[in-house]
Amino acid sequence: MKEKLIEKTLMLLAFSAIGALLLMAVFIFKEGMPIIFKVGIKNFLFSTHWAPTKGHFGVFSMIVSSLFVTIGAMIIGVPLALACAITLAELAPQRVTVILKPTIELLAGIPSVVYGFLGVVLLVPLIRDYLGGPGLSLLAASIILAIMILPTITSISIDAIKAVPYSYKEGSLALGATHWQTIRMVILKAARSGIITAIILGMARAIGETMAVIMVAGNALRLPQSPLSPVRTLTSNIALEMGYAAGDHRAALFATGIVLFVFIMVFNVSANIITKRWRRE
Amino acid sequence: MISFFFIALLGCRLSTKEGVVCTIAGSTSIQPFVEKLAEIYMEHHRGVIINVQGGGSTAGIRSVRGDVADIGTSSRELRKEEKDLKEIVIAWDGIAIIVHPDNKVKDLSLSQLRDIFAGRIRHWSELGWSHRRIHFVTREEGSGTRNAFEDMVMHNVPISDEALVEDSNGSVREIIAHDPHAIGYISYGIVDQRVKALRIDGIEPNLRTIKEKRYKLTRPFLFVTKVAPHGLAKDFIEFVLSPEGQKILEREGLIGIR
Repeated sequence: MKEKLIEKTLMLLAFSAIGALLLMAVFIFKEGMPIIFKVGIKNFLFSTHWAPTKGHFGVFSMIVSSLFVTIGAMIIGVPLALACAITLAELAPQRVTVILKPTIELLAGIPSVVYGFLGVVLLVPLIRDYLGGPGLSLLAASIILAIMILPTITSISIDAIKAVPYSYKEGSLALGATHWQTIRMVILKAARSGIITAIILGMARAIGETMAVIMVAGNALRLPQSPLSPVRTLTSNIALEMGYAAGDHRAALFATGIVLFVFIMVFNVSANIITKRWRRE
Repeated sequence: MISFFFIALLGCRLSTKEGVVCTIAGSTSIQPFVEKLAEIYMEHHRGVIINVQGGGSTAGIRSVRGDVADIGTSSRELRKEEKDLKEIVIAWDGIAIIVHPDNKVKDLSLSQLRDIFAGRIRHWSELGWSHRRIHFVTREEGSGTRNAFEDMVMHNVPISDEALVEDSNGSVREIIAHDPHAIGYISYGIVDQRVKALRIDGIEPNLRTIKEKRYKLTRPFLFVTKVAPHGLAKDFIEFVLSPEGQKILEREGLIGIR
């Protein structure tokens, strides 16, 4: 009897968590869809003119900026994170790993506003003085995000690499491959579904990050012309204008949320498909 | 639905504690000043709570209408459809046009300012200084300060989409203080040593020029209520309008109504 009760309670709690997600999705769509239909899906997604208090609701430049900032963060962050993971899992002596791994994981615990502040104080002036432009830029946002996703990608990749059966490595070495050849051709191949998952989780964090990006990206509405252009991402748009928005403006911010929601769904679903397919092979 | 629930909850709390708690919400330009006033008022009156929130002028007016706040604050004139609410001018504020202290430009005309923010004047050399691009910083759409700036300077010319956008007076000032080639607009009360306020049409913004409204970029700070204020709200408003309250506002950089 008591057993049953506990089971049922846990079940209820589990479903209430899913229920909250469902409620959130329903609420965002309910608030945001009317304005998308009002201005037209094509107009909403592909116009670059965003002036919500004057009746223009085009989010195209923000979609592009979000993608560029995320891709930039991937280009900078993924090689660094993979290098960290390979070093810590395969090359570094145990003593070093014991200190370095928790240190990298500590990076994940630093609040994003701190990253943003460091970006404004250290990174932005460097970019402004040595590369030009206002400093607040796509590049600055990508670099900050690359550092922020480092711990996620590194620690999940380390786990994936460590999960590769030791016999694979022994086999490869016994066939005469060097350590590096073994890492490159055997271990990374065997761990790739875990590594891809790590990268996709990092990507989800990058596209969803808001505070640090608002602080260093400059938030201009124009389509980015170069890595030094200031940009506004989808998340920044919502957070920037939320406080003052009313009526259609508020609805348009919810609609921005819908776009973001769809993006993240597409990411996660494709991640799942990729991981499953490779696991089957 | 959840938010309705919370608002209902908040409403209940307010009504049960009527006379002890007063909620003020609205313009983020006015918020720091009202916080200061509330702090001093609460020192005088033990046991009462003045709860000051931001949210923006529009949100403030909306929450007065929805009975979520007792007093709304607005840093722009009320729109036609909002005129049914009661408004009280508590002070005047100037919008200062600020640049980095190293900037050699000292004076701009309103039309030059408009051309900068419309993206038509792109380099400082056109204003007699360096060859670098002008980095102009604006506030986000919906902000009271931006609204005032658009009304007084832009006159229906849209602000260029190249503009950097920041969501508070403080972060605009932070950018200008670090970038020698940036220009932006903030509340006069928040100007400090790290930035330089420009003369507009030859008139420098200071307490006197704003009070006499000779400085062109001057706006009202409003308290808005749904019905004639009563109880704690009325007492607090009287305090704000009293010589003591006005002196506090003036010390903080605003221009009193007397």
